[in-house]
Amino acid sequence: MVSDRILFDYLLRLADSDLVLAQRLGEWVGHGPALEEDIALTNIGLDLLGQARLWFAYAGEVESRFEETGRSEDALAFSRDSGEFRNVLLVEQPNGSYADTMARQFFFDVWHGLLLAGLVGSHDARAAEIAAKARKEVAYHVERSADWLIRLGDGTDESHARMQAAIDDLWMYTGEMFETDDTDRALADEQVGCDLFALAQPWREVVDAVLTEATLSVPKAAFMQRGGRRGAHTEHLGHVLATMQWLPRSHPGAQW
Amino acid sequence: MVTTVVSTMSGTQRDAAVWQTLARVPDPEIPVLSIVDLGIVRSVEWQADELVVTVTPTYSGCPATELIMSDIGRALASAGFAKHRLEIRLSPAWTTDWIAAEAQARLADYGIAPPGVKAVSTTHVIDARALSRRDRGASVPCPRCGSMHTREVSRFGSTPCKAQYACNDCLEPFDYFKPH
Repeated sequence: MVSDRILFDYLLRLADSDLVLAQRLGEWVGHGPALEEDIALTNIGLDLLGQARLWFAYAGEVESRFEETGRSEDALAFSRDSGEFRNVLLVEQPNGSYADTMARQFFFDVWHGLLLAGLVGSHDARAAEIAAKARKEVAYHVERSADWLIRLGDGTDESHARMQAAIDDLWMYTGEMFETDDTDRALADEQVGCDLFALAQPWREVVDAVLTEATLSVPKAAFMQRGGRRGAHTEHLGHVLATMQWLPRSHPGAQW
Repeated sequence: MVTTVVSTMSGTQRDAAVWQTLARVPDPEIPVLSIVDLGIVRSVEWQADELVVTVTPTYSGCPATELIMSDIGRALASAGFAKHRLEIRLSPAWTTDWIAAEAQARLADYGIAPPGVKAVSTTHVIDARALSRRDRGASVPCPRCGSMHTREVSRFGSTPCKAQYACNDCLEPFDYFKPH
């Protein structure tokens, strides 16, 4: 049996990546390059926020099995500091230009889709049903972000150059998504979690195919940043949390 | 008093009355569909004298879900089913295949291209070749003039469940309820 503490930690990893990316996408509200894009990005953010809530709600229930009480979705989202967040570093990177936002989204969406496909077969029934629901939404996200990579990569000289720069800049945050630590191994052994290492090759196949179609080159750089899932974040996460958490921390219990 | 009527009903009549009540609760974003048309009411059960209605959300982040839940609660209470409980069930995940043909026709009349019926894929893995193709997806008929000569404007429309399309013949923009 997997210990509840390990499962709790794993669920936070899933929830936090969704939440932080949802918050980043929310920053585009009112700033999208076209109304349709503004709506699309925030709809994707909404899907991710909904998925984060499902994971947080479950995490809170699991926490109540080893603590006096399990925290609520809001407490988990708004009352933890950056060192307690378990999201991958990729999702906390700034929005930058539209190419940066779309490159980040594409790298994440492909990984997210593969991860959820793996979790659908989880021996933890609750995780499996959340994954089954989320995966249908993510299938749509990945189509959209792949479209944008191709459109901008194989667009004008300017859009191509910007998209290539975005791919190159974000590449070092992709390796961490396939690292496995003791938590991952414990859950993969029990067939509760997904073997992240095994996702690296299918991820790369999709990325290569789309980048080739987009006339973009796959970066050669081998150095990879890591640490997000153990709470060692880039400086950007603190700023994301400051915006996201300010209201509930300054006005605890505030309601609409 | 409505409650008196409910208390004298047989089990079958009582269930039928619950379904009729639910069939009058509109989707807040697409009032031409009820929540029963949408396929999100998964079951109606009685546990002793308590009514349990199980609902599945469309999209995980759909902001209408909470409103729908409170609308259901109000409708049940005013129909005499004061003692009720609403439950959320995630599995099996909602699909547009649960929207009945008759309701799909109503959607088209309302100006929203219906999702049609597709085989629900249970093994949806990411297909690199499909993703790197530029021209994906079958064309969607225009709900106004029936033309197949339409184009996708954006993959997301006014709600998460819809995409924005435009007709190249009658030039009207329209919403397309995405197959999900």
